Amino acid sequence: MTANYETREHDVLIIGAGGAGLRAALEALAQGASVGVVCKSLLGKAHTVMAEGGIAAAMANVDPADNWKTHFRDTMRGGKFLNNWRMAQLHAQEAPDRVRELEQWGALFDRTEDGAILQRAFGGHTFKRLCHVGDRTGLEMIRTLQDRGVHQGIDVYMECTVTRLLTDGGRVAGAFAYWRETGRLIVFKAKSIVIATGGIGKAWRVTSNSWEYTGDGMALACEAGAELMDMEFVQFHPTGMVWPPGVQGILVTEAVRGEGGILRNKVGERFMERYDPKRMELSTRDVVARSIYTEVKEGRGTEHGGAYLDISHKPAEYVKKKLPSMYHQFKELADVDITKGPMEVGPTCHYMMGGVRVDAETAQSTVPGLFAAGEAAAGLHGSNRLGGNSLSDLLVFGRRAGLAAADHAKRVAAPSLDNAQIEQAEKELLAPFSNTGTESPYAVHRDLQEVMQNLVGIYRTQEDLKKALLDLEKLKARAAKASVEGSRLFNPGWHLSYDLKSMLIVSEAVTLSALARTESRGAHSRIDYPNADPVWEKKNNIIVHEGGEMKRRESPVPEMPPDLKQILAEDKA
Amino acid sequence: MMKEATLRVFRGDSKGGQTVDYRVPIAPGMVVLDALHYIQGHLAPDLAVRWNCKAGKCGSCSAEVNGRPRLTCKTRMDDLPVDQPITVLPMKSFPRIKDLVTDVSWNYRVNRKIPAFEPRPGVEWKISQLDVDRVQEFRKCIECFLCQNVCHVLREHDKMEQFAGPRFFVRIAGLEMHPLDGRDRAGLLKDQLGIGFCNITKCCTEVCPEEIRITDNAIIPLKERVVDEFYDPLTMLFRKFRGDKVQSV
Amino acid sequence: MADSPPVLPESRLGSTLRRDSWWVEIIPVVVVLGGFGIYATLRAFEGTYYSWGPYISPFYSPLIDPQHHWWPFSPALLILLGPLGFRATCYYYRKAYYRAFFLDPPACAVGEPANRKYRGETAFPFILQNVHRYFLYLAVLFLIFLWKDAFRSFFFDSRFGVGVGSIVLTLNVALLTLYTFSCHSLRHLAGGKLDCFSCASFGRARFSTWRGVSLLNERHMLFAWSSLISVGFADFYVRMVACGAIHDLRLL
Repeated sequence: MTANYETREHDVLIIGAGGAGLRAALEALAQGASVGVVCKSLLGKAHTVMAEGGIAAAMANVDPADNWKTHFRDTMRGGKFLNNWRMAQLHAQEAPDRVRELEQWGALFDRTEDGAILQRAFGGHTFKRLCHVGDRTGLEMIRTLQDRGVHQGIDVYMECTVTRLLTDGGRVAGAFAYWRETGRLIVFKAKSIVIATGGIGKAWRVTSNSWEYTGDGMALACEAGAELMDMEFVQFHPTGMVWPPGVQGILVTEAVRGEGGILRNKVGERFMERYDPKRMELSTRDVVARSIYTEVKEGRGTEHGGAYLDISHKPAEYVKKKLPSMYHQFKELADVDITKGPMEVGPTCHYMMGGVRVDAETAQSTVPGLFAAGEAAAGLHGSNRLGGNSLSDLLVFGRRAGLAAADHAKRVAAPSLDNAQIEQAEKELLAPFSNTGTESPYAVHRDLQEVMQNLVGIYRTQEDLKKALLDLEKLKARAAKASVEGSRLFNPGWHLSYDLKSMLIVSEAVTLSALARTESRGAHSRIDYPNADPVWEKKNNIIVHEGGEMKRRESPVPEMPPDLKQILAEDKA
Repeated sequence: MMKEATLRVFRGDSKGGQTVDYRVPIAPGMVVLDALHYIQGHLAPDLAVRWNCKAGKCGSCSAEVNGRPRLTCKTRMDDLPVDQPITVLPMKSFPRIKDLVTDVSWNYRVNRKIPAFEPRPGVEWKISQLDVDRVQEFRKCIECFLCQNVCHVLREHDKMEQFAGPRFFVRIAGLEMHPLDGRDRAGLLKDQLGIGFCNITKCCTEVCPEEIRITDNAIIPLKERVVDEFYDPLTMLFRKFRGDKVQSV
Repeated sequence: MADSPPVLPESRLGSTLRRDSWWVEIIPVVVVLGGFGIYATLRAFEGTYYSWGPYISPFYSPLIDPQHHWWPFSPALLILLGPLGFRATCYYYRKAYYRAFFLDPPACAVGEPANRKYRGETAFPFILQNVHRYFLYLAVLFLIFLWKDAFRSFFFDSRFGVGVGSIVLTLNVALLTLYTFSCHSLRHLAGGKLDCFSCASFGRARFSTWRGVSLLNERHMLFAWSSLISVGFADFYVRMVACGAIHDLRLL
């Protein structure tokens, strides 16, 4: 079987070419490592381009009182103290440098009067903290990293999907992948691998995520023996489009509320007064999402099952300047002029707080040589992420992962590849071509999205979650039998059959963790356990794959040193 | 009775192919990409389509709808006449891989020829918003490559080896007009990237989904900069006289 | 799901799957530009009926050697090269005539004649387009004369007055001014060539100038057409009055 694939060798292999992956690649390269980046799409199309609002970094350009301690405190509070304190600390301390670095690589942020980087307000942040480029900050970031990357000599394997990590006696040895274009196979040999594959939103029906967000990295890591953590915490962004059906879930940036947008229900009430009278529309995402959901559930929703978000009280020119892409998005896709009338919005699956459990300093997982950064990693955001903390997460921990991965590669000998693992991976990957039934991967995917949407959504109950686990078992069986038509040449049906496997793994991890956590905290809301439980504040849910089965454990939240506790205690709001 | 439309989609690969008609039910607000997804999910699971965000932000789903280069995620079905089949073809200027997917790797090779941002030595990192505004327009580009596809220098005359195409003039404009960039790319533009092949017929501007005014704001200003350095005897003399040393690439 | 015949059209002139009438874009260009070209050529060679009272046709201004001391041909021929060069190398007109007359391309995503050698503006003659700014300098010079003509057109035998011709000539030079000052080359020279407005000397002023020219530049096409028509009409009006076909109406 050795002739079936080509082989490439790198010190550091990075899976995913979004913000975290590219930042990791640049850092590993700077350390002198040979770096390969594998991505499912074309370079520059990663989900990072969809990030709109900005990068949170306590640069104090607009509010001089801001500093890392406040950012740290905001992040911990937003995450309801389930965050890894060390990650939150590093993140708050290093984000400003990462932003400056981006600028030195050619990024152009909006400016203050005196020529510094302009910062805007966002939900959960005490100060004006988000460095931004209109409402397309993510695009600016990815283009800057991408253009720097191609000139520094990163090898990019575009439209190439990794389907299995290869191990050598417990440590990472490489990855097995296929080219989407031709269906040909490729094996990577690497001393270090960085998972930077982003989130899992495509397992839900209503999501702001692109098709790539199928949880591949988490599934790969889990199968390779790494631990997943905090998988129950799936962020539903409060404002996605709800009408027309084709655009359901597409993100409506939080900046609309940041710029003064008001939420109303069918009868015209400004309902946030009931749920968070102090912060109103700029409450944290979990609260606003639940509020909208509740309004709809109780019969006060709009015609298409959402809430009205209105910015039309602001001057039309102001709206067009500050929210250009929102203006065009509604105009072109929904025939709504947001300078004249309200938008219809509702919650949409947006972000995964959980992911691969990593060491705070090095971003290394529990498998030696396997690193993870960005949305694919867990820890920084705890049970709920603040807007703007994602882009800074990508830069801070992308860099740390790249650094540590290069360092690891220097210290270890070349691993050896195990042919049996490769053969197994090939057999699995090509199975859908030999399956003879009529099961379509598209049908399984649709049904999976229904299960996750209806049973593992914003509000959860034991009954629903138990049913979801049973349904997932059935879906797994169906997915294993799914067959595909056509050849291996760019065949989306075939691609989906592999993505399905990843989605099913992460869906199960989410459901298992959600079932165990008998409390409501951050993005995880249990109707049968509506309050936060101090006992659960001290525990993270851990998921491991052992003996072909998914197991859940609990692990104590690391104890914070006294000086940081002091920071949290200050100014208890 | 649900309203239906017929999509006439190219099916085939680098060797050839033909169009195939598919009947698709129309939902309110549906875009062409939704219709293609319906075909994938129900009629032809192996229909190759490149897409990512379906929100007009990533620039992956470019194709030619009824002969016009478009992002399929931003082309509404209700803007198209459904009494006759809607043709959906791959971008013409790039080699076909399969169905609607084309090989756009040439663009990535061109990008490598463009020297990256390099700050002038000793710059202070203070930038005025008035210097940023102009460049930010160019930075909106989502690399859908529709401008490359429609540009007749590439589409009709196949000047891939001599000509960089509108996308990369936009990129260079963003670098050249970056207030802190210290490099000069005029020589490169003239000789290797063939800006002279552009006859400013503006199709790139017409198709740009981000509404970047490619011709007026990027290409023509760059042409004028090339004139400064290579065609205008007065400015050339003036530069010599001043002893300007620009870091040419 | 019936198969239909192969469709990817081969490239030849006019091949496209566009459903709209793409050719309607180029017809007005052919008619107006072509018509103007013929009219201007005839008028340039005519060498007479170019002035009446205080009016002088823009085709003949500034009037050089009308008595044919050293130039035996129509004085317009000495003048018209300037405006002609300015318009021929204009970034807007280039688009218009490359499309309409050279069919290169006839319209977006529409095929061109097969097997044509294409060199764009990299070789003679079109490489000469690069001297557009020198025609701009000339055009500004002409504007001075034309404004003087417009001013003079309000004085009939040294007494102030307003005729229809005064208005025609003034409107014409106003439109020509808008056209000239919305020029892409001017936009570049005024400030567009700077990388950093805030760090250049007189940066703020040049930024404002650049922005002003940019605003005009967005309507360059509009000014290009309206001034073309106005300049043709101004000449036509003067000619008609000069040859006695119509009487200039005195308004004041």
